[in-house]
Amino acid sequence: MSAPVLLEARAVAKHFGGVKALRDVSLTIRQGEVYGLIGPNGAGKTTFFNCMTGLYVPDGGGFVFAGAPLVADAPHRAAERGIARTFQNIRLFGNMTALENVMVGRHVRTRAGVFGAILRNGATRAEEAAIRRRAEELLHYVGIEDCADDLAKNLSYGDQRRLEIARALAAEPKLLCLDEPAAGMNGAETAELRVLIEGIRADGVTILLIEHDVKLVMGLCDRVAVLDYGALVIEDVPAVVQHDPRVIEAYIGVAA
Amino acid sequence: MNKWLTPRSTLGLVLVAAALIVLPFVVGMGGQAWVRILNFAILYAFLALGLNIVVGFAGLLDLGYVAFYAVGAYTWALLASPHFGLHLPFWAILPIGAVFACIAGALLGAPTLKLRGDYLAIVTLGFGEIVRIFMNNLNAPVNITNGAQGITLIDPVVVGQFKFSATSTIFGLTVTGPQKYYYLLVLLALGVILVNYRLQHSRIGRAWQAIREDEIAAKAIGINTRNVKLLAFAMGASFGGIAGGIFAAMQGFVSPESFSLIESIMILAMVVLGGMGHIPGVILGAVLLAILPEALRYAVVPVQKALFGEVLADPESLRMLVFGLALVLVMRFRPAGLWPSPERRRELAEKTQ
Repeated sequence: MSAPVLLEARAVAKHFGGVKALRDVSLTIRQGEVYGLIGPNGAGKTTFFNCMTGLYVPDGGGFVFAGAPLVADAPHRAAERGIARTFQNIRLFGNMTALENVMVGRHVRTRAGVFGAILRNGATRAEEAAIRRRAEELLHYVGIEDCADDLAKNLSYGDQRRLEIARALAAEPKLLCLDEPAAGMNGAETAELRVLIEGIRADGVTILLIEHDVKLVMGLCDRVAVLDYGALVIEDVPAVVQHDPRVIEAYIGVAA
Repeated sequence: MNKWLTPRSTLGLVLVAAALIVLPFVVGMGGQAWVRILNFAILYAFLALGLNIVVGFAGLLDLGYVAFYAVGAYTWALLASPHFGLHLPFWAILPIGAVFACIAGALLGAPTLKLRGDYLAIVTLGFGEIVRIFMNNLNAPVNITNGAQGITLIDPVVVGQFKFSATSTIFGLTVTGPQKYYYLLVLLALGVILVNYRLQHSRIGRAWQAIREDEIAAKAIGINTRNVKLLAFAMGASFGGIAGGIFAAMQGFVSPESFSLIESIMILAMVVLGGMGHIPGVILGAVLLAILPEALRYAVVPVQKALFGEVLADPESLRMLVFGLALVLVMRFRPAGLWPSPERRRELAEKTQ
């Protein structure tokens, strides 16, 4: 693989009191790949996500994204730099319509301020129209354009997942981080999700995928990292990871 | 092309405009006191719409909003009264008052950024009281605010030779001071309505709504929640400042007493009662809460005299009783407010299903 490195985690550590949630995790994500992050419950996957997107400040180490370090404790900065994410327990703006949710997602890529809003000058109106157009396109892209005017919280579970992805894509990310997107989905929905993720990758967005569905991860990802007790066990292509004894041990336990 | 100007809505607009124009003369037939009450109703609507930006749009519970009203009022009082011998024109003072209030808003916003809900309410409540106590005590060692005595002989709004405080005859029509202020207030109120509406349907308005809905998700999609929240505080505060300036000019007198906690609570009650975040609802709430207590004041004494032959209950205390009862009833039967936005009504309806 010769694709350039997009994200590099350097010895990232995070502890909550005495619990070491992340122990010096180092990994590299290359441009254009789908990178899977798996591990048993409580292995530190979401903590890793939160450190990377600036919701947590790491206690050690740091991230280099697209050639420059990521500032800790500045989630909006991470989004500006091109990291967008979804949440394990869907976090939509429930009382806004689906369309509005995606429109908010355009926030980092648009400029209009208070004065623009009040004066509603030509530039602001043009920007507003562009935001709306792009949001409609994205709803169409993830396949929920029929729900544009429904409140987000009234969408079905699967559509909420899709809407969250559309909202994340609205920020034009270089790296899209999906936190257990297939959780709670049935087989058919998971298959549809897989098509969607492959489409996003084909559009040139690098994807970091946290997932429990091992079949999905192994089928979709170019490379996979396994976390256990906050430490990196292995980082390699799915075929190797699948048969690594340490991975099997982490998931199933040691043979007696 | 223009979806707003259908024949029907044009007719509606003309009717509303005509009603707004003749209203002070109709009300004036019952005495100028009623025009003053009407003016206060509009002033409160203005304040409530300012607070609506903070509470309704951004979802930040502010119990000290009256502080910004006070800052605006004192700015006008100090820059246009014999107290310092300054008599700046209104077009200079109103923006200065708005800027001062805006700064005060940012000052309050900055330390409270990490607080939400109850905790934010407590800090803002304290802030409101601090400002009032400042006004009460800034008379020594250097006399700035003249303490509890307040500042008197404040200049009215004057445009050229046209004084808003005096009665004058325009085209053979006698127009009193309060009636002139009425038109000024209506113009200002239309301005704040427009600003509210445009902010709500803008990039910033959506960002506020997103913060209200889920702050973590808002951060994750790249909203700088610190700046956007400060903006809400500052915007809301500057409207409070403008309202304060007009208040000082209209009354000709300010003292710390006018800016007590109960005022903040009244303004918040107007927002909540009317329908948080919904502009027509907030206006309705403000007008009702400003006029009903006054109407009650006029009704209570005659009604008691007719029923019992004597005045048993003091109108002032009855007022609070009725006010409290009204609040309880509205919260019980119309929890989203008297005139909530369609979305909010849907939202609450679903919850109770």
